[in-house]
Amino acid sequence: MTAELVDYAEAVTAWEPVIGLETHVELGTRTKMFCGCPTAFGAEPNTQTCPVCLGLPGALPVLNGQAVRSTVLIGLALHCDIAAWCRFARKNYFYPDMPKNFQISQYDEPICTDGYLDVDVEGEIVRVEIERVHMEEDTGKSLHVGGATGRIHGATHSLVDYNRAGIPLVEIVTRPVEAGPNAPAVAKAYVEQLAELLRTLDVSDVRLEQGSLRCDVNTSLRRPGDAYGTRTETKNVNSYRSVERAVRFEVSRQAGLLEQGTRIRQETRHFHEDTGTTSPGRSKEEATDYRYFPEPDLVPIAFPVDVVEELRASLPETPAVRRARLRDAYGWSDLELEEMTNAGVLDLVVSTVELGAAAPAARALWQNEVAKAANEQGVEASSLPVSPTDVARLLALVADGTLTAALSRQALAGVLAGEGDVDAVVAARGLAVVSDDGALRTAVYDVIAAQPDTAAKVRGGNMGAVGPLIGAVMKATGGKADAAKVRSLLVEVLT
Amino acid sequence: MADLTTLTAAETASAIAAREVSAVEVTQAHLDRIAAVDGDVHAFLHVDAEGALEAAARVDAGEISGPLAGVPLALKDVLAQRGVPTTCGSKILEGWRPPYDATVVTRLREAGVVILGKTNMDEFAMGSSTENSAYGPSHNPWDLSRIPGGSSGGSAAAVAAYEAPLAIGTDTGGSIRQPAAVCGLVGVKPTYGGVSRYGLVAFSSSLDQAGPLARTVLDAALLHAAIAGHDPMDSTSIDAPVPDVVGACASRDLTGVTVGVVRELGGEGYEAGVEAAFHASVEVLTALGADVVEVSCPHFPYALPAYYLIAPSECSSNLARFDAMRFGLRVQVGDAGAEEVMATTREQGFGPEVKRRIILGTYALSSGYYDAYYGQAQKVRTLITRDFDAAFETVDVLVSPTTPGVAFPIGEKADDPMAMYLSDIASIPSNLAGNASMSLPCGLAGGLPVGLQIIAPPLADDRLYRVGAALEAALDERRGATLLASAPSLTARP
Repeated sequence: MTAELVDYAEAVTAWEPVIGLETHVELGTRTKMFCGCPTAFGAEPNTQTCPVCLGLPGALPVLNGQAVRSTVLIGLALHCDIAAWCRFARKNYFYPDMPKNFQISQYDEPICTDGYLDVDVEGEIVRVEIERVHMEEDTGKSLHVGGATGRIHGATHSLVDYNRAGIPLVEIVTRPVEAGPNAPAVAKAYVEQLAELLRTLDVSDVRLEQGSLRCDVNTSLRRPGDAYGTRTETKNVNSYRSVERAVRFEVSRQAGLLEQGTRIRQETRHFHEDTGTTSPGRSKEEATDYRYFPEPDLVPIAFPVDVVEELRASLPETPAVRRARLRDAYGWSDLELEEMTNAGVLDLVVSTVELGAAAPAARALWQNEVAKAANEQGVEASSLPVSPTDVARLLALVADGTLTAALSRQALAGVLAGEGDVDAVVAARGLAVVSDDGALRTAVYDVIAAQPDTAAKVRGGNMGAVGPLIGAVMKATGGKADAAKVRSLLVEVLT
Repeated sequence: MADLTTLTAAETASAIAAREVSAVEVTQAHLDRIAAVDGDVHAFLHVDAEGALEAAARVDAGEISGPLAGVPLALKDVLAQRGVPTTCGSKILEGWRPPYDATVVTRLREAGVVILGKTNMDEFAMGSSTENSAYGPSHNPWDLSRIPGGSSGGSAAAVAAYEAPLAIGTDTGGSIRQPAAVCGLVGVKPTYGGVSRYGLVAFSSSLDQAGPLARTVLDAALLHAAIAGHDPMDSTSIDAPVPDVVGACASRDLTGVTVGVVRELGGEGYEAGVEAAFHASVEVLTALGADVVEVSCPHFPYALPAYYLIAPSECSSNLARFDAMRFGLRVQVGDAGAEEVMATTREQGFGPEVKRRIILGTYALSSGYYDAYYGQAQKVRTLITRDFDAAFETVDVLVSPTTPGVAFPIGEKADDPMAMYLSDIASIPSNLAGNASMSLPCGLAGGLPVGLQIIAPPLADDRLYRVGAALEAALDERRGATLLASAPSLTARP
């Protein structure tokens, strides 16, 4: 059944969107969830496999302790309760990229429950409640060959890469969020800020483009005050912007159907990056019965309370708390903080300030110079050969007058070019300000002698004429003099 | 020197250690015996003569020594052995050669045990007669027209036919003890978690356990000690010291031992000859100084139904991986897609009993039925465990007949699954509770062997051997020979 899309703004005047998000995060553990195979991304297909992750007859899973710790850490950061005792369950269904034809997951006994994430949506805090955080193993990856778009339809055969099979996954499931007209922005902000939190915890590299963070977005509409409507589950949402677009599209689509009296089918839908639309996948009504039951090959997890407390004590500051602290301590605005975060330089700026640099100057240099250079080269700022120590030294040299702003840019260029640390570049390129009064005075006298007419104007009280003389001195010193100093010398000599 | 194939494992090992005979000679003698009698017995699905002789040569070269070095063994075809066909008695695994060794196999190799080959079994260990093997049944050496028990029937037949002094079986509901009983052997299901399941192709993960089959209690203990112990590759493996099962075999006196006869495991449904042999042996236990009492385990009558929900449920999931995608049989018809290939392969690759249990288990785990079937069965399992706990507060071991009857004729119960399932009625409670349990020969009924079952609490496997060794010695003394000595000899056919 299709219907006209309803304009989003119009749709939300009559309908209230309710969203829910299921986020899968690949943990950054060195080995897989249940075997010792490496997890590195991008290896030759089927080179990171063993009897366990290939599901060979007789092989048995052994739980990766680090994966459990990471999951508990995520749960704690999301203010969840940590189960004193929990189990894995088997989720049974047949698919060629599932080696055992069941996935080891958690069902009614997840390790973390009942938490929340306070999400900053354009300055307003929206509390997103977390229903559960659980562990599971990833599947292999199917590659359909011969079809037009890599989809299974029209393919002549399929190849399966089991390198991904058994990679530890954490699934973070929210409760329904009554987000109102702002639903698309709430969804996007939630995923962005969840990703930021995961990065802070150092449990995942959180790369949407490599699939280490994958998001399913549930959307439903209801008349204000009514019970929740039937939801759709949109898969394949692979960027923050897509999360926003997917919700927006589903709201428009569902409003169109509802307004013509068509009931929403509970189904899985696929998001299309190119068109910003969704299309139906498998219908949930005819979905398989997963026949969950406790995984008999693994013993229950009784995560010790003292280890939970140890992990809780080790939690790093959350991004929101950190932002508030930095704002208060260093006077940066929310906008500046956001810009630094987006440019990937916030940690670098903070380190620079901690090394003694002034907060505004440190921010300006990283944001305006280094981030710009990184952007031009298409790399992360943190991967450039310049450290907080370099920037702090650079700013110290400017502060004590050794370098002018212009010279400091040249010094930075040298450091970025790999010519050495700041002092080495300054020495090698001869960048220090000429501060020797004697040498500068000589230059001043030379310029006065060379331009007697201009000098005479200054002597006559025309202070505007001093500018060209300053310029001449600067030129004579190769730009290494401090302009203010030159001016005061000229004035001293001529008046 | 006597016929090398009639020696016990302990005698064989000491003869090899004393250089009275070489391991290669011992191995060759068994390979010759297999060649002579296995056409009738059909204990083996695959004989690895080359691998066996190489392993024996390593022992002779002094590379490995120990209490079982150079002793031949028959391995149930449910355990993965690197490079050697492993079929689980099923067509669906025909031609599969595992790229890895089960932990049990690794430990056997490290002990210098010579693996002669892989033995026949009911498909995926589902059955009590080996009639469910896709490769035809094995025959009981006592009477070739009768079943050798199952599912480890090939392993038991091999040991009873002197094709090997030792065998490894696996026991999910009685699959070591029942074949041991009907073939006149000693068979032990160790405590669940006592022997690693890594590389044991799972039927029912929470019940499966590998263990020894042998002609004497001491031989079983030597093999038990060789394969037991913690394995980090199996999460359900117990990280505790293995009880001194070999030392326990020195016992000849049971003074101070309290033995409980389980009221619910006997009486109606048990053959009179079985009951008679059993009770006569209980009197021997009393004569050995044991304090024999009767105990009641009121929930045992529910064990069989609970087992036939839990085991099929787990098997429906465990056997899902046999899908033609990565190993084993693939039935490709035309340009059928993956889903169809999976379905056709499973349709053609699995036998009727396996399909029956997959369907039973799929149903029991289905949404809406789970609580009534799987959930309820797990509650029964807890009650049975509590019955055992209560019993072991007053007794050291429990005893019962291992099976309600002796070996039945091949074909007799093949079309009656319920009658077949009842073969395991006395052995199943130990699997549900994870206890250690032994069957040892206690007499004859109608010329066929009867087994006596000894049950000990988890991690008290040594009690089985203490009671079993004393009883075995007393019974042998009364008979003047081992029970197996009264088995008719198999004549080699040209």
